[in-house]
Amino acid sequence: MSKRTIIPFGPQHPVLPEPIHLDLVLEDEKVVEAIPSIGFIHRGLEKLVEKKDFQEYTYVAERICGICSFIHGLTYCMAVEELMKIEVPERAQYLRTIWSELSRIHSHLLWLGLTADGFGFESLFMESWKIREYILDIIEETTGGRVIFGSAKVGGVRRDIAPAKLEEIVKKLRVYQKKINDLGMVFLDDTTVKHRTQGVGILTTENAKALGAVGPMLRASGVAMDIRMMGYAAYGKIGFAPIVETEGDCYSRCKVRIRELAQSIDIIEKCVQQMKEGVIEAKVTGFPNGEFFARSEQPRGEVIYYAKANGTKFLQRLRVRTPTFANITPLLEILKGCQLADVPILVLTIDPCISCAER
Amino acid sequence: MSVLSKSPWIIHYDGSSCNGCDIEVLASLMPRYDVERFGVINTGNPKHADILLLTGSINEQNKPVVQNIYNQMPNPKVVIAVGICATSGGVFRECYNVLGGADKVVPVDVYAPSCPIRPEALIDAVVKALGILEKKKAASLAEEVKK
Repeated sequence: MSKRTIIPFGPQHPVLPEPIHLDLVLEDEKVVEAIPSIGFIHRGLEKLVEKKDFQEYTYVAERICGICSFIHGLTYCMAVEELMKIEVPERAQYLRTIWSELSRIHSHLLWLGLTADGFGFESLFMESWKIREYILDIIEETTGGRVIFGSAKVGGVRRDIAPAKLEEIVKKLRVYQKKINDLGMVFLDDTTVKHRTQGVGILTTENAKALGAVGPMLRASGVAMDIRMMGYAAYGKIGFAPIVETEGDCYSRCKVRIRELAQSIDIIEKCVQQMKEGVIEAKVTGFPNGEFFARSEQPRGEVIYYAKANGTKFLQRLRVRTPTFANITPLLEILKGCQLADVPILVLTIDPCISCAER
Repeated sequence: MSVLSKSPWIIHYDGSSCNGCDIEVLASLMPRYDVERFGVINTGNPKHADILLLTGSINEQNKPVVQNIYNQMPNPKVVIAVGICATSGGVFRECYNVLGGADKVVPVDVYAPSCPIRPEALIDAVVKALGILEKKKAASLAEEVKK
């Protein structure tokens, strides 16, 4: 047996925009074990429900993560609305779906860029983020913010989008779709990219199920599981089928995300076609009472909000299970036996969002 | 203008931010804003860096990490607190694991509050930091002459 070495990876590391620390136990170049230590970004947001009232907390929920911000706010609102028995107007449901999908598109493009950077393809990184800026423009025009939208609200949404604007968005997205297709071709057909991703970090279907993987990580391992199938917001009216790949390697995970980009654009188009004029928020009276689990699908996978209230303006307890936290265990599994040079791409393949995971 | 202020290298560390400011820091490097045309390079090595961009608030666990990065940077150096969390703690101020803004552990030269910061504001903060960097350099030169 060759000598074992421990290499610290993070918390400050060029490939990571966020701090996570891994102790990589190596035998020569091969990783035999990875020991994570997390908690660098822990703030204690769940406890904050005792200090911010249930309406105000929507903004804090959005700031659990700056990338999937809207869906965090949305899921929190879904939990509180269920506790207060509020019926959300139909137009608000469609608007929520549109913003959810826009945030999915920008998040997936962000991931594609970071992954390209992870395997050293700088111009592809720039290209992905260039397209992402176009999506951020749409988000800014409709909500006022670039990454934190602030448009989810208990009982509905804060802003409406005019029908003419919706048509314009669809037209723009059709143009961006072509750009995304070109981008996807590089990720999926380029020999050098394939060399880095194909057959790397294989997560078998059994392991994916046993270790509780979620999101694209799970779908790339051949499991058709997506919370959007449950039909929250307007997904039920639109009809939704998850995208599944079977190989379970980095290439499949990349493919799932690229195909989801096209799917998100389709969903937005369908929303715009089906939407009718109407009110965008229901009146909120009284205080939440009871307990409820709200689930939704983030770009990174399933997020669960557990809310418990006792009829006052402050919630008693809030618990958030974020997708990255669920995906850390599968990550440790795929790190075992990999080459040291593949570690950055494997860490990025789960689309880590540490600020979600640690809250 | 010295060479230093024509091409400052920056290092970015995420204290306990929500990611919003971090992705805007990265977005500033992208084709739309492209700070690299000014010679600004995002480096991962503190020993190569002139400007430290700190996002997010300080907590017990990241305190030594931030201090470590700051101490490793060569003089003269400038620290920018990016976003309201790094300035004062912002919306997370009341959280039990938040000690406050970046100035709790390292001296901050430029505050750039907003939630999240826009790339334009960030570039403005970096330009401001360049002036301070220049002054610090002149001061250290004067001190050397004195000796």
